[in-house]
Amino acid sequence: MDVLKPQIGDWWHALLQGAGLSSGWIVFLDALVITLILLGLGLTSVLFAVWLERKLAARVQDRLGPNRVGPYGLVQTVADALKLLTKEDITPDNAERLSYNLAPGLAVFAVLMLLLVIPFGPGLIGADINVGVLYLVAMGSVGIMAILMAGWSSNNKYALLGGFRAVAQLLSYEIPMILSMSVPVLFAGTMSMEKLVEQQAHGRWFGVVMPAAFFLYFLAALAENERTPFDLLEADSEIVAGYHIEYSGMKFAWFFLAFFLNTLILSAIATTLFLGGWRGPFVEQVPALGIFYFLAKSFVLVFAFMWIRATFPRLRIDQMMAFAWKVMVPTGLVLVLVAAVFVKLPVAPLVRDVLLFLVNVFILLVVAGLVGRHLRLQIKRLSEGAAVVS
Amino acid sequence: MILKVVFLLVSLFTVGSALMVVTHKNLFSSALFLVASFFGVAALYVLLEAEFLAVAQVLIYVGAIATLIIFAIMLTRGMMSGRTSPRNDQAAWAGLASVVLGLVLLYVVVFRVQWPVVEKPVPPDTIEQLGRALVGRYVVPFEVASVLLLAALVGAVLIAREKEV
Repeated sequence: MDVLKPQIGDWWHALLQGAGLSSGWIVFLDALVITLILLGLGLTSVLFAVWLERKLAARVQDRLGPNRVGPYGLVQTVADALKLLTKEDITPDNAERLSYNLAPGLAVFAVLMLLLVIPFGPGLIGADINVGVLYLVAMGSVGIMAILMAGWSSNNKYALLGGFRAVAQLLSYEIPMILSMSVPVLFAGTMSMEKLVEQQAHGRWFGVVMPAAFFLYFLAALAENERTPFDLLEADSEIVAGYHIEYSGMKFAWFFLAFFLNTLILSAIATTLFLGGWRGPFVEQVPALGIFYFLAKSFVLVFAFMWIRATFPRLRIDQMMAFAWKVMVPTGLVLVLVAAVFVKLPVAPLVRDVLLFLVNVFILLVVAGLVGRHLRLQIKRLSEGAAVVS
Repeated sequence: MILKVVFLLVSLFTVGSALMVVTHKNLFSSALFLVASFFGVAALYVLLEAEFLAVAQVLIYVGAIATLIIFAIMLTRGMMSGRTSPRNDQAAWAGLASVVLGLVLLYVVVFRVQWPVVEKPVPPDTIEQLGRALVGRYVVPFEVASVLLLAALVGAVLIAREKEV
């Protein structure tokens, strides 16, 4: 297994060969073990993420959050999961059986598959495929199908409307996400996640060299995860609960799981692409430090996601779509153009990185200025009593 | 050996889903089985070591085309109300004719066609070669396809926008 540290890998292979298995079976068992490890890691980290969300939102709102079940409320999520397991499993009358039951599973499937290509440490990656970044995008689009299925098969007008709006939001924000993900790919010259981290050596993190791309990816990830300020699809004050109105009990728990798993994985992807993955001081001497750095960076981003949720109000759907198509897509295109041009400039690497940083900051200021001016004009028009023209 | 087993399973899955697409009574379930067969084809591409093609298959077929098909099914009034049966009176004769035709085609494809077999292994940097080909040798079709997509985008926006009074 070239995934775990060489000692464990060799011991495992020796064990299997001692049991008399051929190389094909060894490959298969390797894959099985990796799958089980990734599944276990993914699903148990959600328990922690749910607890973190509730505690963080609580503290921001000057209250305590769950603190009864277990020390500091850490076992609260287990209690929630048990409660959802024991709820009655209702299926609406004329629901499409197959897709109604399949949708939650497909949503979790799409998100779990993303775990396969994330490098957790030096050499610790499920499968270092050549097209890692494209794979991430492809699995995101599978999740969109799950939402469509959920909205339609519930046989409920409001679920269908919620499903359509959710698909509109996810499809719109997939484009800035792909564009901002293309920037590190252009830099590193490869789509493989492991090589992307290798190229960010010596503190040359792509997010530091191109902060606008990192910011764009962060916003697009907020929207892809349907988090505030883009969570109008499932907020309580919107169309009831969006596409998962008719889901109760464990099926709803699966959508919930997919939501939090997506948060964790999008942060992990952002860390790998923009924050140098498992890179950090002394990682060459002590490879195990790599896992620590990776988790620390991902959790800073998860914290930022949840902090934003506790702070900002929601966008309306027309504001959200306008922001995606009129602000983020042009910015993404300009950033890809800038990155493509600068990668080929015949200057010293340090000069190029500094120039890129300055150009990025300039782009961010220009975009912020334009958006600010547009919003100020809107406010002026509203206060003068004219009709709102977005 | 295990590769053969995997190939057999994946092919059974793909062909089985494709069969369910055409024989299932419920249109929406047919669309879902189509998605399953797309995944099966992507798995076949992976077995052939064409990973870019496999990921592009999932991205384009499942992510875009299947979504579009499902939208079309959902938004067409009356498509979902009846459970249409795919059979009619001539089912027996049609079945016989298609089985005979299928066997003839299989025979021709397996025994008569000279399939070119390349002995070289698959190069590891297929993406780079693909990229170079797209902007080098095939740059004109690439640009024409982009213009076509732009025309389609503009046309869609034009058709779908609200009529200004």
